[in-house]
Amino acid sequence: MADVTASDGALRRFLHGLPGVDAVGLQARAAALGTRSIKTTAKAYAIDLAISMIDLTTLEGADTPGKVRALCAKGIHPDPTDRSVPKVAAICVYPDMVATAKEALAGSGIHVASVATAFPAGRAALPVKLADTRDAVAAGADEIDMVIDRGAFLSGRYLDVFEEIKAVKEACVRPDGTAAHLKVIFETGELQTYDNVRRVSWLAMLAGADFIKTSTGKVAVNATPPVTLLMLEAVRDFRAQAGIQVGVKPAGGIRTTKDALKYLVMVNETVGEDWLNADWFRFGASSLLNDLLMQRQKLSTGRYSGPDYVTVD
Amino acid sequence: MSDRLSVLKTYKLYVGGKFPRSESGRVYEVTDAKGNWLANAPLSSRKDARDAVVAARKAFGGWSGATAYNRGQILYRTAEMLEGRRDQFAAEVADAEGLSKAKAAAQVDAAIDRWVWYAGWSDKVAQIAGSANPVAGPYFNLSAPEPTGVVAVLAPQESSFLGLVSVIAPAIVTGNTAVVVASEQAPLPALSLAEVLATSDLPGGVVNLLSGRTAELAAPLAAHQDVNAVDLTGAGAELAVELETAAADNLKRVLRPRAVDWTADPGTERLLAFLETKTVWHPMGV
Repeated sequence: MADVTASDGALRRFLHGLPGVDAVGLQARAAALGTRSIKTTAKAYAIDLAISMIDLTTLEGADTPGKVRALCAKGIHPDPTDRSVPKVAAICVYPDMVATAKEALAGSGIHVASVATAFPAGRAALPVKLADTRDAVAAGADEIDMVIDRGAFLSGRYLDVFEEIKAVKEACVRPDGTAAHLKVIFETGELQTYDNVRRVSWLAMLAGADFIKTSTGKVAVNATPPVTLLMLEAVRDFRAQAGIQVGVKPAGGIRTTKDALKYLVMVNETVGEDWLNADWFRFGASSLLNDLLMQRQKLSTGRYSGPDYVTVD
Repeated sequence: MSDRLSVLKTYKLYVGGKFPRSESGRVYEVTDAKGNWLANAPLSSRKDARDAVVAARKAFGGWSGATAYNRGQILYRTAEMLEGRRDQFAAEVADAEGLSKAKAAAQVDAAIDRWVWYAGWSDKVAQIAGSANPVAGPYFNLSAPEPTGVVAVLAPQESSFLGLVSVIAPAIVTGNTAVVVASEQAPLPALSLAEVLATSDLPGGVVNLLSGRTAELAAPLAAHQDVNAVDLTGAGAELAVELETAAADNLKRVLRPRAVDWTADPGTERLLAFLETKTVWHPMGV
C-alpha cells in the first residue's frame, strides 16, 4: 500500500479509483439494520456495552474546571445509586482542560481524550495545530481527536491532508516513545458526498489514524447511520488489505438508546465482534448517557424513569 | 341519488401535536351503543404511553411558562373551533352513547360551555388558590399555585365527550400538560377532539390522546417516574387501588374515581387538584 502515497498523483489515482458508493443501497442497508428488535437480556447487555463505549464529551466555550470534574465523576460512576453500571471509555475535553480531567480521573482507568488542531474548524497554520497537539499530549491526554483540513480535501489537495495527519500522528508521540491514540475527525456533514467519505476514510487510515470519527458535533449534520456504515465498511476492507485494524467513532446527534443500539447492530453486522468493544468503537456523546441510564433503570425496576433521576449536565 | 363511495375515517392517536398510528400497529373495533361497527380505533401500547409522556414533558416548559392570559385565549380559541364542528361531535356522541340527536347535541353544547368556563379560570385560579400570608417578620409572604407537571388522565368511560372535556380542561388550564386515555368503548369523540386541539393554537404535546385498553395503558402511566399526577376517573374501583399503589412510588398526586354527574356545576375541585403551592418570602423595603 506504500506506493499509493508516494505522490499527489498516485494518491489521487488511488482514492478516485475506489469504487463509487451506491447511495440508495447504502441508505437502505443502514435503514434495514435499524429495524432489528433488541429486547430483554440482549438489550441489557447492549446498554452496558454502549455505556462502556461512550466518550463523554464537553466541548463548550463555557467549560469550567468544576464542570469537567463533575463530568469525570459521572464518567466513573454514571449512576451513583447503582454501582453495577460500567464506567465510560473516555472523557473528551478541550486541550486546556486535559490536566484537570487527568487529575480527576487518576486511577479510574478512564482515558482522557482531547480535541486538538484548532478544533472544530481546523483553520489554523500547521505549526499552530502541531503545538496544540503537543500541548494536549504533554498535559496527559491519552487520545487526540484531530480535525482534517476540509478545505484542502474538498479542493483536491489530498497529499496535504495526508501529510498533515502524519505530522499530527508524530506530534502524538510522548518523550518515552509511547504515543497518544489518534482519532481523525472528517466532519462528514461538510464533505457533501458518500464518495468523499469513502475516500477520506482510506486517506486517514493510510496516514496512520488509530480511529476515524464522523463529526465534531458542531455543524448541522453530524453522525448518520449511512455514513457510519460506510466508514465501518472502509475499516473492514482496510484490515483485509493492509492487516491493520482501525476504530470507528460516530459523534454528534446520537441521543437515544434506540439510536445507540442501531449503531451496535450495524457494527456487529458489518465488521463483527472484533470491533464490538470500547477499544475499537466509541460513541462521541453527552446526552446519550442519560438516556441509557434511564433505559437501564427501566429494565431493572420495570418502571419508566424520567429526567429527574439522572444528572443535569 | 348519489353513487359516491363512502370515505371512511382513519382514527389515529394524538401525540406531541402529531397524529401517529399506534406503535404496535394494533387497532380494535369500536361499535355504537347497539353493537354496530363504527370504526377501528388504535389499540395503544405501553410504548405509545411512554412516547406521550415524553411529548407532554417536552411541552410542559412552554405551556406552564405561557402567561395565564395567553393560555386562556388559546383554550377559548379551542371552544370556537368546537363550536364550528358541533354537528360532527353531536353525531359521534349520539352513536357512542346511544342518545337521541337532541340529547347528544345538548351534551356537546354543555361540553363547549364547560370548556369556555374553564378557559376563564386561567387568570383567576391564583386569586382562589393563592394568598398573601401574614407572618411574624418584616416580609411579604406570598403563596401562589403552580402547575404540578405531567398529568395522566383516565377519561370517564360513560360520558364520552362532556366527561372527557370536563377532565381535560381543568388539568391543562392551570399549565399542566396531559396524557389522556380515552373511554375504552367510546373513544371516537376523543380522537376527533384531537383534531380540534391541533387546529386551535394549543402547542403540540400539551394534550396527548390515546385510545385502547384503559387497564393496559394506566399501569405504565401510574408507575411512570416522570408523571406527576394521575386522574383515575376512568378506572374501576379495583384497578384504581392498584394504580394508586403504583402512583405512591414517586408521590404522584392522585384524584380518586367517584360517581360524578357531568352535567352538574363542576366546582373548582378538579382545577385545584393538580397544583403545587409555591411560597415566596420577600423582605419588605425600608
